[in-house]
Amino acid sequence: MKKRRSAAYYSFMCLPLIMTLIFLTVIVVPFFLGIGYSFFEWDGIPVNPKIFVGLDNYTELFSDARFWQSGKHTVIFTIFSVISTNCLGLAFAVLLTRKYSARNVARAMVFAPHLIGGLLLGFIWKFVFSSPFPKLGEVLGIENLLFNWLLNEGFAMAALVFVNTWKMAGYIMIIYISGIQGISAEFIEAAQVDGASSIQRFWYIMLPLLRPAVTITTFITLANSFKIFDVNLSLTGGGPFNSTEMFAMNIYNEMFTRGNYGYGQAKAIVFFILVAVVTLAQTYANKQKEVEM
Amino acid sequence: MKKRKNIIGSVLLILLGLAFLSPFYLVFVNAFKNRVEIALDPLGMPKEWSLEYFTEAVEKMKFLQTLGNTVKVSFISVFGIIVLTSTTAWIMVRMKNKWTEILFYSLIATMIIPTQSIMMPLMQFMGSMTDKTGIPFLNSHFGLIYMNIGFGCGMGVFLYHGFIKSIPLEIEEAAILDGCNLWQRFWYVVFPMLKNITITVAILDVIWLWNDYLLPSLALSSKDLFTLPLSTFSFFEQYTIQWNLAMAGLSMTIIPVIVFYLAAQRYIMDSVASGALK
Repeated sequence: MKKRRSAAYYSFMCLPLIMTLIFLTVIVVPFFLGIGYSFFEWDGIPVNPKIFVGLDNYTELFSDARFWQSGKHTVIFTIFSVISTNCLGLAFAVLLTRKYSARNVARAMVFAPHLIGGLLLGFIWKFVFSSPFPKLGEVLGIENLLFNWLLNEGFAMAALVFVNTWKMAGYIMIIYISGIQGISAEFIEAAQVDGASSIQRFWYIMLPLLRPAVTITTFITLANSFKIFDVNLSLTGGGPFNSTEMFAMNIYNEMFTRGNYGYGQAKAIVFFILVAVVTLAQTYANKQKEVEM
Repeated sequence: MKKRKNIIGSVLLILLGLAFLSPFYLVFVNAFKNRVEIALDPLGMPKEWSLEYFTEAVEKMKFLQTLGNTVKVSFISVFGIIVLTSTTAWIMVRMKNKWTEILFYSLIATMIIPTQSIMMPLMQFMGSMTDKTGIPFLNSHFGLIYMNIGFGCGMGVFLYHGFIKSIPLEIEEAAILDGCNLWQRFWYVVFPMLKNITITVAILDVIWLWNDYLLPSLALSSKDLFTLPLSTFSFFEQYTIQWNLAMAGLSMTIIPVIVFYLAAQRYIMDSVASGALK
């Protein structure tokens, strides 16, 4: 292929060039433009002037109570989501690797919500909370537990964690299942022979051997929860009284609801840095894990 | 005894699965009820199975057109991503040099950029590209597909690259000696070996694109161009939501996904697992 560079060679090489061009114009250029925009004050209307304000947008950020409020929501949401998704996903994985005939069907059922996008899932649960949920509370006589969670500030956050867990648990389950299948049956059998109960087998044998899988799932759920937007938008819309507005949504609202494009872009850059830190920590942890193994 | 335990366990698992999926049941049955019935009895079966709200929802969300748009945008985007990223990854592996290395690491590094961090400058830049070239990058399916490919190429190249690295060059040598050009070599020798990874890329991208909301909502403004998530959104924008219409709309949006899932369940779960573990 080095000697004769034919028409076929040049036409084929167009494909990587086209891809590079698309990549540059969709990701790279907007990324650098975005850094640029974050130093300007601009309302997004093309005819209006962009005023250079230097680092003002970034300093303003520090005293923006609503932005930090959304950060607090994001952290709370992320912590609870990571814990609940991992626990439920692991529980499903342990249950559905036992030798029941129905386990494959059950796996498929638990995984199904993951295929529906966050936006639609949020809408589905918005309905479930609004009407079937209170009705079920009424029927079961537990109205103070099952009511419309979305109207109450604390419970609306719980609802978001709940729905996100429902969406992600099946996905996390799949990762744990491949982890469990990688554990040699000998370990489990040896423990069984030694008379370990099933709880002991889980706690002392299975869980330590699943540590690599735990690292992977923790970071997947961490990154996903931290960047949450679709479910936030459709389930609570940030309400009631902004009590569930997360980072991504705060940025969206700053730009497209309040029309502060420059300031919103500064937030977007800070958001990017935070996501990058989380992801780099993930890569680092995965490297560590490889060394151990 | 063991058999009995299996049967009881299996029945319990199915019941658990059904309970887990009960929200889908609620969406579906309430698409048949009128306002009063939803308020009084949101849990039970509807009194009548009339398709009234479905036909109204079909009209309101222009269901057929929207479905067509979603199929068109996701499939052309996936096709574009597969063609461009498989060939690029192959060229990167076989003609490794400084430039392909830079491109590879830039693709990987930019995968962590959240859409929110570049959405505004992206729209501005697409707008100015439209002004300069006259090609409609905004408010057109072409523009949305173009941007989808941009967002999808990082993961595509990453997955293909990882696999192609493991293919020994010797396999392609026979083709080189036979005087095959790059197209023939790629199409007849390399691409057939990429079948499994291509299925993975296609499935992961279809799931993503079919459900994507943020990017289409920014890129498309004419209702005639809307994809399913955007037109479903319109039911929930109103101050008082008409739940029966909304549930009919949601049901129709979900049904294609369920059909796709039933048809390719094994592939989907395997793809998602291998995508997550890379």
